[in-house]
Amino acid sequence: MKWLSAPLMILLVALMVYATSGLPDHADPQAPANVHVSPTYIEDSVEDTHTPNIVTAVLADYRGYDTLGETIVIFTAGLACVLILMKRKFNDKATISKHHSSDHL
Amino acid sequence: MIKQRYQSIIVQTICSLLIPFIQLFALYVIFHGHYGPGGGFQGGVLLAVSFILQRLYLGTEVSYQKFPPKLAPVVAAIGMLIFGLAGIIPMATGGAFLDYGNLPLLWVHGAELRYLGILIVEIGIGLAVFGTLVLIFDNLVGERW
Repeated sequence: MKWLSAPLMILLVALMVYATSGLPDHADPQAPANVHVSPTYIEDSVEDTHTPNIVTAVLADYRGYDTLGETIVIFTAGLACVLILMKRKFNDKATISKHHSSDHL
Repeated sequence: MIKQRYQSIIVQTICSLLIPFIQLFALYVIFHGHYGPGGGFQGGVLLAVSFILQRLYLGTEVSYQKFPPKLAPVVAAIGMLIFGLAGIIPMATGGAFLDYGNLPLLWVHGAELRYLGILIVEIGIGLAVFGTLVLIFDNLVGERW
């Protein structure tokens, strides 16, 4: 079955190239991604939030839920790091005390 | 982690000169997020870097008195709390989750209130990132706290 992988890969690449040709051009103003909510952000963000930086307005206001999730991810990752490293410290202490007890014996 | 001060007059002078400017630039990045590149994440990282540099050149004996390691998780949690309250308080006053237009600040309205809400949220993000990074550093260098 090993000979099957190369033609299968070529078939998948051909499928991907065929699908890519159907995508809109780069930075096409009429692309579906650019006609849905982006015009609203560009036109209304200064009026809605008095924030000249559209990126900040989108990140902190329109998509604030996403930013809340990102911050929770960072906070949780930090807490997980602390838990893992504290466990290593406790293990070191356990091995040290074991060595001490074996020395004692 | 070394307990003593780094034994080089050049390193000590450069670090003690740099740290206030790094902290000032961090605050600038946090508060200038409305008008240019920046925001809570970047500013929080810069603020954390200033305290990590202080830990590296001053040694733990002095720098742990300037910013105790036990304070780092508290600061991170306070930052998360600010962000969470900025989301929940508008729900109590009749808005949606994270709808800054309904924050109960009576002297500003509408767009100005949302502007202020973005600033509150950026400060919360900055504190959370700052506390988390200092916490990770203090635990990586393995000093008991």
